[in-house]
Amino acid sequence: MHLEYTVIEGDFVNAGSASSAIKKTLKQLNVNPSIVKRVVVALYEAEVNAIAHAYGGVVTADIDAGKILLRVIDKGPGIPDIDWAMQEGNSTASPEVRNMGFGAGMGLPNIKKNVDRLNVQSTVGVGTTVEMEVNLS
Amino acid sequence: MKVQELVDKLGLKVLAGKNGLDREIDGCYISDLLSDVMGNAQEGNIWITLQTHKNVMAVASLKEMSCIILVKDLGANEDTINQANEEELPILQTSLPTFEIAGLVYNLLNNK
Repeated sequence: MHLEYTVIEGDFVNAGSASSAIKKTLKQLNVNPSIVKRVVVALYEAEVNAIAHAYGGVVTADIDAGKILLRVIDKGPGIPDIDWAMQEGNSTASPEVRNMGFGAGMGLPNIKKNVDRLNVQSTVGVGTTVEMEVNLS
Repeated sequence: MKVQELVDKLGLKVLAGKNGLDREIDGCYISDLLSDVMGNAQEGNIWITLQTHKNVMAVASLKEMSCIILVKDLGANEDTINQANEEELPILQTSLPTFEIAGLVYNLLNNK
């Protein structure tokens, strides 16, 4: 099963809509609730990252019997130092984004804690791809 | 305990999500950082916060929390209210600051 959702820059009103849709799909597929919860946390954080930091992008989900592969592919600006971004507490979020309760530098660490495989590829000026895989059984 | 009982015992105002007042409460989480709630809140938790924008609803709904309590008479945006009604997830309001309402909720949930 292949699903795709568009993410628009700064569109906080719709943050979580891809996570919500994928949550419903996984529940319909009778995936273990504790696994669904992990997928939801990881994808929500990745969605918010794309909305807060990127010039828009796309969320894709590929589900088969054994796993779900999620990709959040954005159109830049890219992350200059991924190791720095992965550390809890580090954030480049704007004051406006921080006032909403985001930008605490917990997003990528939250993702790491909840997925079985995480791969972040980024090229400054081109974009970032966050690839997350969760075993479903 | 159901959300309705929490409303009655603590005199909370129901701002939205009336159809969810029969949700079952299991514990409480307090934070104004959305990623903290996303990472650490549990299903059935009450969420006490001062954040009022629509993302609060997204987080509460994704985490299947039982209700939201807004402190210090803070109101919710119209789109937050609409989503709460749609999701049947109650948004409650208190005039008390976080510390005070947290104490009352703590005592109520622990039968003190």
